[in-house]
Amino acid sequence: MTTPLLIAATGGLLGGIDPWIFGFSFVTVAVTLWMGFRSAKTSKTASDFFVAGRSVSVGWNASAISGEYLSAASFMGVAGMVMSSGYDALWYPVCYACGYLFLLLFIAGPLRRFGAYTIPDFAEGRFDSPLFRKIAVCFVLFIGFFYTMPQMKGAGTTLAYIFQNITWADGSHGLPYWVGVVLVGAVITLNVALGGMKGITLVQAVQYWIKAFAISVPVFVLMSVYGFYGSHIGVNQTQVPVAAVVAGAETGVSDPGYKIERKSLVEKAPRDTAWVSPFGPLTTKAVNAAANALPADQRAAYLAEHQRPYSLLYTYSLIIALVCGTAGLPHILVRFYTNPDGVAAKRTTMWVMILIGVFYVFPPIFGVIGRNLMPELYSGVGSKGTDKVVLELPTLLAAKYGVLGSILSGITCAGAFAAFMSTFSGLLVSMTGALAHDVYGRMLRPKSNPAERMVAFKVSAVVIGAVAIILGCFVEFLEINFMVGQAFAIAAASYFPLLFMSVWWRGMTMIGAATGMLTGGLCALVAAALTNVSTLSLDKGPMGKVFASFAPLNGFWAQHPLLRILAEQPAIWTVPLAITLMVVVSKTTSASVPADIRMKMLVLHAPEKLGLKQEYIQEQQAGAGR
Amino acid sequence: MPPPTPPPRDVVHSEAFLHTLMRRQLKLSLACALAFLVILLGLPLANYFAPELMATRVFGFTLAWLVLGVLFFPAVWAISWIFIRRSIWLEEDEVKAVQNAKKGN
Repeated sequence: MTTPLLIAATGGLLGGIDPWIFGFSFVTVAVTLWMGFRSAKTSKTASDFFVAGRSVSVGWNASAISGEYLSAASFMGVAGMVMSSGYDALWYPVCYACGYLFLLLFIAGPLRRFGAYTIPDFAEGRFDSPLFRKIAVCFVLFIGFFYTMPQMKGAGTTLAYIFQNITWADGSHGLPYWVGVVLVGAVITLNVALGGMKGITLVQAVQYWIKAFAISVPVFVLMSVYGFYGSHIGVNQTQVPVAAVVAGAETGVSDPGYKIERKSLVEKAPRDTAWVSPFGPLTTKAVNAAANALPADQRAAYLAEHQRPYSLLYTYSLIIALVCGTAGLPHILVRFYTNPDGVAAKRTTMWVMILIGVFYVFPPIFGVIGRNLMPELYSGVGSKGTDKVVLELPTLLAAKYGVLGSILSGITCAGAFAAFMSTFSGLLVSMTGALAHDVYGRMLRPKSNPAERMVAFKVSAVVIGAVAIILGCFVEFLEINFMVGQAFAIAAASYFPLLFMSVWWRGMTMIGAATGMLTGGLCALVAAALTNVSTLSLDKGPMGKVFASFAPLNGFWAQHPLLRILAEQPAIWTVPLAITLMVVVSKTTSASVPADIRMKMLVLHAPEKLGLKQEYIQEQQAGAGR
Repeated sequence: MPPPTPPPRDVVHSEAFLHTLMRRQLKLSLACALAFLVILLGLPLANYFAPELMATRVFGFTLAWLVLGVLFFPAVWAISWIFIRRSIWLEEDEVKAVQNAKKGN
């Protein structure tokens, strides 16, 4: 950077940035880094972290899991998607929270009793197969990268918002999206590589409470000034002919008791009825695109026939992806090992559901109020679109209450930082662990010494961080929440069937598990990737040119809307596919069921008080000594 | 071919014990899952087949919105609370059964 540019930028920085917003964000980042390093000093190795974690109480552990789980998608994405798509987007927060029920009912207790740190550990222990461990590791990386992309978009969007008014020397305004991605990505990557944020329970637990505070307080203030949640939904009319909706004067009444001063909707915003009712713009997109490709006179008949059934299918597939996917997220499952026993693991899961359930009531309220009071966001694209409604909505208060608007906007920005920093760190730690421990330590250089492994950990962190940053730069035009949903879909088709079936069916073999997990997971991965590249090719900016070769795919989708839905939400066919393959292949290879399967099943299911785990370990050691 | 499983040493290691253990736990989990799935998968069906009913206004919310955006969470908490109470009771019962059987020997 040349000196005049630097001076101009600094001058712009001082002039164009709200000190409150910048201050709150900066303090959050600084406190997170400081706490990470302070805790990292007291626990140096991974086993320290896990052993120390065993003394963690249910309350702290539940806060920590919730803190790691609530990502940029929960904090910013849900609100943005409720604003852009309405009712259908509500499935996301509900299933993000309720997916833990499946984890609780079928997986949490047994997995804790088995004593596996990670899914690859479990895969190896359950099938006595180091080879299967290597296969299972791949999905830590696949799911992880899909999950980091939306976190990076959250970072880019938030920084672009904070620095929106700075002026550069060449007269241009604002911070480009990619600068935020690179900056935040680099800071967190460096932090993880240097040993801070080693998944420390305390840091993650505090992050939960920051996020819960930052999402709820502004909502209460906004509702007390601008009207209650229900009133804001109430002004969206359910049965108004489209012709009657005139900009600025939405006549027609469905619930006259609610008086909200509503700004007129922009052209790109969905109409009231479609927005507030089920089967709206989110789930009918593919069919609508197909209808638009038809001659005008056939459209109505086509829509009447296909729109609702297809959108029901979309809804179900989305539900399956989110509910099953929650039970297969690698960076969350790691945390269950920090429970002292299976009973505590179950109790923790229940508290996680309560903590995140309370949290998830709030983000949709931002979306609902944003639709009425800040409809101009519908016209924005990328980092200037509805994904930033959580950050920007509190600034409305500035008109009436001056500095309060800035303070509240600063608080939500701080919450956004807490959200993408905690989740990105958690993902980076588990992905780096997989790469350094499994790929380097076990496959490439099994004889490496601890010092070499330490270097490998740092190099892996930088490599994965760099890849995540590069991927993050490409996804400005995809919705945060949508991308996280894709990561869930991949987890649902790979790890969920693996865990569910291995815990409850003793006839499962390694070959069966591997075939099902690989096929289901890779199908979901390819489907999600195809959806994304075809959406990105529609962009009018430079990103559209990068992905231009995928543009013909959109023509194909328009002719086959059903296939588009099955690619966009693949869980409805990939999860059954994975489970079926596991059963069929295991049956044909039933000779290779592990010999001590009864003992393994006892360890998974019998209460800890019977002491079977210790017995199992002794038997394993005796077997190894023979 | 896997080597033949060694004969059970006591009641804990018997085939019958594992069978009952897994069966009882799975039954509880499935019962709770069923209650959850009826709500979760039933709501889209209600939206599909009874759109007018689900569009009924309650405090400004449509019924569909109120159920999914607010009421859904406490329902799931209730299911998980029941499950945890039952499953802890189940585990204690299993431990007691084993201890009684050992005394009997």
